[in-house]
Amino acid sequence: MNATNPDQINVILATDCGSTTTKAILIEKIDGHYRQTYRGEAPTTVEQPVADVTAGVINAATEVGELAGRRLVDEQGQLIRPVKPAGEGQPAEGCDIYISTSSAGGGLQMLVTGVVREMTAASAKRAALGAGAIVMDVIASNDRRKPHEQIQRIRELRPDMILMSGGTDGGTVEHVVRIAELIAPAKPQPRFGSGYRMPLIYAGNKEAAGLVREVFDDTVELSVVDNIRPVLERENLGPARDRIHDLFLEHVMAHAPGYDKLIAWTDAPIMPTPGAVGDILQQIAKARGINVVGVDIGGATTDVFSVFDGADGNPVFNRTVSANLGMSYSISNVCAETGMPNVLRWVHFDMDERELRNRVKNKMIRPTTIPQTLEALVFEQAVAREALRLAYIQHREFATTLKGVQQQRTVGDTFSQQKGGQSIVDNMKLDLLVASGGVLSHAPRMEQTAAMLIDAFEPEGVTELAKDSIFMMPHLGVLASVHPQAALEVFERDCLIYLGTCVAAKGRAKAGKNCFRYEISGEPINERGEMACGEIRRFPLSIEETAQIVIEPARGFDVGGGPGKRIEREVRGGEVGLILDARGRPLELPEDRDNCRSRVERWSRDLRLYSE
Amino acid sequence: MATAYTPGLRVTRRMRYRARRVLPIAGDVLVGAGDKVASQDVVARTELPGDATPINLANQLSLTPADVPGCLLKQEGERVEAGEILARTKGIFGMFKGEYVSKVAGVIESASQVTGQVIIRGEPIPVEVRAFVTGQVIEAMPGEGVVVEADVSFVQGIFGIGGEAFGPIVMACEDPSQEFAPELVHEEMQGAVVIGGARMPGETIRRAIDVGAAAVVSGGMDDADLKEVLGYDLGVAITGTEEIGLTVIITEGFGEIAMARQTFALLSSRAGAAASVNGATQIRAGVLRPEIVIPLVGEAAEPEEDVPTATHGGGVLEEGTLVRIIRDPYFGMIGTVAGLPSEPQVLGSGSKARVLEVACESGEKLTVPRANVEIIGG
Repeated sequence: MNATNPDQINVILATDCGSTTTKAILIEKIDGHYRQTYRGEAPTTVEQPVADVTAGVINAATEVGELAGRRLVDEQGQLIRPVKPAGEGQPAEGCDIYISTSSAGGGLQMLVTGVVREMTAASAKRAALGAGAIVMDVIASNDRRKPHEQIQRIRELRPDMILMSGGTDGGTVEHVVRIAELIAPAKPQPRFGSGYRMPLIYAGNKEAAGLVREVFDDTVELSVVDNIRPVLERENLGPARDRIHDLFLEHVMAHAPGYDKLIAWTDAPIMPTPGAVGDILQQIAKARGINVVGVDIGGATTDVFSVFDGADGNPVFNRTVSANLGMSYSISNVCAETGMPNVLRWVHFDMDERELRNRVKNKMIRPTTIPQTLEALVFEQAVAREALRLAYIQHREFATTLKGVQQQRTVGDTFSQQKGGQSIVDNMKLDLLVASGGVLSHAPRMEQTAAMLIDAFEPEGVTELAKDSIFMMPHLGVLASVHPQAALEVFERDCLIYLGTCVAAKGRAKAGKNCFRYEISGEPINERGEMACGEIRRFPLSIEETAQIVIEPARGFDVGGGPGKRIEREVRGGEVGLILDARGRPLELPEDRDNCRSRVERWSRDLRLYSE
Repeated sequence: MATAYTPGLRVTRRMRYRARRVLPIAGDVLVGAGDKVASQDVVARTELPGDATPINLANQLSLTPADVPGCLLKQEGERVEAGEILARTKGIFGMFKGEYVSKVAGVIESASQVTGQVIIRGEPIPVEVRAFVTGQVIEAMPGEGVVVEADVSFVQGIFGIGGEAFGPIVMACEDPSQEFAPELVHEEMQGAVVIGGARMPGETIRRAIDVGAAAVVSGGMDDADLKEVLGYDLGVAITGTEEIGLTVIITEGFGEIAMARQTFALLSSRAGAAASVNGATQIRAGVLRPEIVIPLVGEAAEPEEDVPTATHGGGVLEEGTLVRIIRDPYFGMIGTVAGLPSEPQVLGSGSKARVLEVACESGEKLTVPRANVEIIGG
C-alpha cells in the first residue's frame, strides 16, 4: 500500500468486485477537476476454474485501459503505477492509485448480540450494518427465544464474524456474561476456511471484558474494543465499526481466493461495498448540509441508507439490508410478502394471476432474464415499487432515536411527549433521494425511475431525485477515504444523474378538491395553476435549469411550511423535470380494481411513463 | 470484445460425474481410493457435538451465582442422567435443602460463578455421508470425505424440492408434451424415480407420495401447486431440506411446458436403470441445480477416453446452437440460433439490449434478448 500525497494524484483506478461482475472506473484530473472518464467490467473470478479475484480485476482494468487508450496493465499482468507520462510517440500509461471495494462471495455476514434487543443489541446491529454487513440474526436476552433455542440458532449460522455488545460501562455484568455463555458452547463455525478461528468482537461493558474472555476457549479469536453504548444516552459505533473492517480484511478477505494479492495491490483498505456507499452518502450529506436517503435495489437484497438530523441536531447515519427483497432471486418473496393484489394495483391493465405467479417463479429460477415486452416491464416495475416500499418501511422502523434514554419533561411537554425509539426518517425533511440498482438505473425512461421512487418512498414537501449513473457510489466511498475532494467532485459531476424535483403535499382529501396552488417562474417556464387532489403533473425543467416556485397549500395540506402554509423555493431541474404531486400522503390507491386501474393509467399518462 | 457466456442446463448421455462427498466437520472416512461403492453406501461418518442445554441454577435454587459450583453434585466433565439430582443446596443448619433434578442427560460442560449457569452437553449427533452415486472412490481426503467417480447419463433440472433420493427410472408419460396426470401414477411405482412429460399438477405429486415414489420429474408445474404441496409460498430458491415425502424436479420451468425432447428421450432410453437424484436448488452466486444421475452399466460403462466432466451446461452462442427461450412472451419455445446481430436493438419494453434470432421448431423466426435464452444439452 503506497502513501500518496493527494495533490499528486491525477489518475485513479477503482474497482468494485461484486458477486458476479467486477466494475472498474477511471477517474482523471481534467482542467483542475476530477472526472470519471471511462468504465469497464468483467466477470468476477472467485470461483473455479480461475478462483483468483485479481484475474477479474485485471480483465476489467484492461477493458478500461483499451477504452481510454491508456495502458493500465503491463505484460506481467500487473497494474502500472505510478503514472508514466507520455513520451515520444508513447501515450501516458498507468494510474497513480488503485482502490477497491468488494461484495464477492455474498459480502460480509455477521451475527450480533446484545443484552436488551432494543438497546445494546440495536446499537450493535447499527454498527454492523453501517460497516456494510448483512446481519444474519440478533441474539438478545429478551428476544423471546429460550436459551437452548438461542444456542441452536448460533450453531446453525455460519457467520464471518460475531459482534457482541451488552451493558453500559459500569452496568450489568451478569447478563453480558450470560450471552457469552450462549455463544461459547454453540462453538460457532466460520463460513469460509475451516482452518481459522471465528473472529468475535466484544464491544460491551468494559468491566465485563475480563469475564467474557474467560468464557471463550481458543476456538474464537476475541478482540475487545470500546463499548458501543458506554451510556444509554450515547452510541459509540466507531471503534466496533473500525474493528469490523480490520477483521474483514484480515480474515474474511484473506480467505477469499486471490484477496491476499488484491489487498497488497490497493492503496487504501478494501471496503465492503455497502459500507463504501454509506460513506459517500454521509460525505455528501455533510458537504451540502442536507438529509439524504439512498437505495440500492439488487436481485437478492435491497439496501437503504439514510443520513438525517438526530435528536441532538447532529447527522445520524443508518443503513438497513432487506435480505429477501430483490428483483430476481427474491422476486417471489416480494410478491409473497406484499401479496399479489398490492403488486397489481400499480399495473394499469389486466393480468392473469395464475400466469403471473408462474412468471414470477420463472424469473426467480432464471434471474438474469430481462423484460422483452412492455407488459413484462410494467409488471417488474410494479414489483419494484413494492420491494422499495417494504424496504423503506423496515428502514424507518430501524432508524430511530435511541431507546432506553431517560428524558426530562416539563409541564409544557404534556401534549408533545416524544418517546424514545421514534423514527428519525422524516420524509418532509428529506432533501435528496438517490436511486441505484438495475430496475431503477436501467429503466428505459427516466420518468419511470422517478415514478418508482415517488410511489415507493412517498417524499413530502420539496425533494430532489437522482440516480447513480453507473453504480459508482462504492468506488467513490472508498476514494473518499484517501481523497475526499476527488470523491465529492466526481459524485456531483458524474455519479449522479439528477432526475429533477418532486413537490408533494402531505394530507388527504376527496379526489378533485383543491390541494394546492402553484406558481413556477424561471427562464424556461412561467406557469401558474391549481392542483386538484389525486393529480400528478410533470413540467419540463432541464438539468442545467432552476426555477422559483411558490406553493400555497389548501387547508389541511402541508408542503413543508406547515399545514396550509405557503412556501417559496428555488428548485433544481433534471432529466425528468419538476413533478407536482397532489395525490396526498400517505398515498392511497382506490381499493376497487377498476377505479385503481383507471387512476394508475391516468398517472402513467400524465408522467409520460410509457410510449403507448 | 469479451465473448458472452450463455447459461444452459446439462443434459448428456455420457459424462464422467464426480461427486465430492464431505463431512460438515472432521470425522472418519470409511473407504479408500480405488474402492467400489454403491450409491447408498456410507463413505464417511462423524459426530457433531450434542445440543447444549443451559440451566440457570442460581435462579432455580435461589442462590448467588458464586455458590452454584459448591452445590453441584457432579463436577465439570462428569455425566448426569435425566432425573438425576444435579445440585443440592446446603440448606439452613442442614435442613430445608433445595435440589435440582436434571431434565436432560449429558456431560457438564461448564458451571459459571458469574451467572450461576450450568451447561449440559447432550449426546453427540451422528452424521453419515453416503456415496450418492454408484462408482469408484478416486480420492479419499483423510478426516474430510471422498470423491466418487462414475460414467453416467446426466440430466440437470431447473428447479427441485427435497433432497437425495434413489430408485429405478420408470416412465409415466409416453410423450414429452403429455400432461403428467395423477392417473398415470401406479402402485408399482413405489420406490421409483418417475418421469412425466409436461405440466405436473399438485394432485399427481400427492398421488406419487401416496404410492411411495422416490421422486417425480416432469417439464413444468404451476406455482399454485408448488405452494399447495409445500404448504407455504416459496420466497427464495434455496431448497433441498423439504420433507414432503419425495423429491420433485422440474426440468424446464413453471407453467404449461413440455419437457425438452432431448431430455425425455434420454430418460426414456435409461428406463429401468438405477438413478440417484437430488432436488437441492440454490440460485445465488455459485448456483446449484437439481440433478438426475444414472450410472452407465455393462458394456456402456466400458472406459472411454476424453469423457467430459463439466456438470454445468452453457457456452458461447453461435449460429446453429440449440436454445430454449426462457422468458415470456415466448417462454419454453425451442429453436436454433439463426442470427446474432451485433448492434443492440430496442425491445418492446423500450429497453435497448443485444438480441439474437431464433429459428423455432415451428418454423417461426423470433427476435429475443440474448439474456432470455439458454443453451440446451451440451
